[in-house]
This record gives sequence, structure tokens and C-alpha cells, in this order.
Amino acid sequence: MWIYEKKLQHPVRVEKCDIAMARYLNAQYGGPDSELAASLRYLNQRYSMPTKKAKGLLTDIGTEELAHLEIIATLIYKLTKGVSPEQLRAAGLGGHYAHHDNALFYTDANGVPWTAAYIQATGDPVADLTEDMAAEQKARATYEHLINLTDDPGVKDALRFLREREVVHFQRFGEALNDVQDHLSYKRFY
Amino acid sequence: MDSQQREMLRRLQALEFVLTDLNLYLDTHPDCQAALQDFARISEDLRQLKIAYEQRYGLLTVAGFGSGRSPWNWVETPWPWEIDG
Repeated sequence: MWIYEKKLQHPVRVEKCDIAMARYLNAQYGGPDSELAASLRYLNQRYSMPTKKAKGLLTDIGTEELAHLEIIATLIYKLTKGVSPEQLRAAGLGGHYAHHDNALFYTDANGVPWTAAYIQATGDPVADLTEDMAAEQKARATYEHLINLTDDPGVKDALRFLREREVVHFQRFGEALNDVQDHLSYKRFY
Repeated sequence: MDSQQREMLRRLQALEFVLTDLNLYLDTHPDCQAALQDFARISEDLRQLKIAYEQRYGLLTVAGFGSGRSPWNWVETPWPWEIDG
């Protein structure tokens, strides 16, 4: 089960409305290497992991990714709070308004809806953990692009925090992968 | 949200983040005594702070340390995206 805490993992402050930046941030809301994709990927892969460390890590990182998804959602919400249909249209979000009004939606930065085809579960722990490590690196690279797209110090602060978490998760997944490989070679000798 | 609440919330976020990071570290380093000691110490600090915060400002989580208020105010206190940094 999960328990909700009525607070963000990291504080989010934005200076002013920035619709274009909100649109770019959708990359990490509903894009291929988004926080949504990360959380759903890890929480699904954990069932076929052979070691305690891998099951634990996928559960705990999958949970942390949900907190990151909430941080991204808060950024998008604050950057577009109270904007008019005309402003959305001018920022290239007329299509978004037509479908969703001012609601958030799981799309990438270009409005393409999220799909489970972005993620994989092969049932092979080495393949899955290697995918997870790649996903963390792709998310890190995306955060660096997003940091380059804004001057807002509050947005930069939140994105830097999220970028650092990708680096830590990559490290931990690497340790879990080593553990899985030890486990598999041990079984072979047995 | 006044500055006193914001400061308390920031401290809470900081302590809980340390625990989240230690949690992941301990998943792959379960025998690290230094990390285990830090985890125990920070857990206790966070527990105390959560009790104090929930008594003053309302529940952080429904199945948490506080027992709620009468009348029920879980839906009255601001949601995370409604708080000014």
C-alpha cells in the first residue's frame, strides 16, 4: 500500500508565469523518460526481481519517483496558474486547451500522450536493471536541457534537485545490478 | 502559510529527505553502521518534528502521528501545489 503525505519532497517556488517552460516540463511529466514512466517502470519490474536488494530498491525508488512527479506537476501548475486561452494559444498550447482546458495531462513536451510502450519489463533482471540505469541517465540529460531553458531561479533549484536524484538512483541501480549478477553466477556454480 | 510554518515545513522536508537518501543507500549497503546510526538519529528527530507540526498546522498524513481535529480539517489545509515555495 501507499500513504500520502501532504507536502512536497522538495519546496517549489516560481518567480512568474511561463507557459512555454510549463510545456517543456511536460517532458518529465508524461514523456518517455518522465517521472511517470520511471515510477511505473520500477514498481512493475520489482515482481520479477530475484534478490532482496533489487526488490527493495525498485519499490523505494519507484515510490520516490511519485514524489518527483508531484514536484513536476506543481511546477507546471504554478507556471500556468490563471492563464487565458489566448495566452495558451500564443505559447503553442491551443491544442492542449482544446483537449484539456487548464488541466494537467500526461503528455510529453510536444503534446504526445504517455504510453506504456515507453517502458519495458523483460523478466530478465540484468536487462531490466540495465534499462533502469539508462532511464536515469536519459532523465538526467533531460533535466540538464530543461535547466538550460529557464532563467527562473526557483525552477532551476527544483530541476537541479531532481537531476541529482537521477544520479543517485543510477548509482544505486548499478549496485543492485552487481548484486544480481553475483547472485546469478552463484546459482550457476551451485 | 506564515514564515514560521514555512520554516518548520522546510526543516521537515530536509530531515525526511535525509531519510529517503539513507533508505536507498542502506538498501544496497545494509551493514553500514554509520548510515544505520544516522538513520536512527534522524528518524527520531523527524518523528518529534512531525508531532509538533501536525499539532500546530494539521495532519501531514491521515495514518500518521496526529489524531486529526474536530471538525475534520484534512481537506481544509492547503495542498502542496497551493503553497508558496
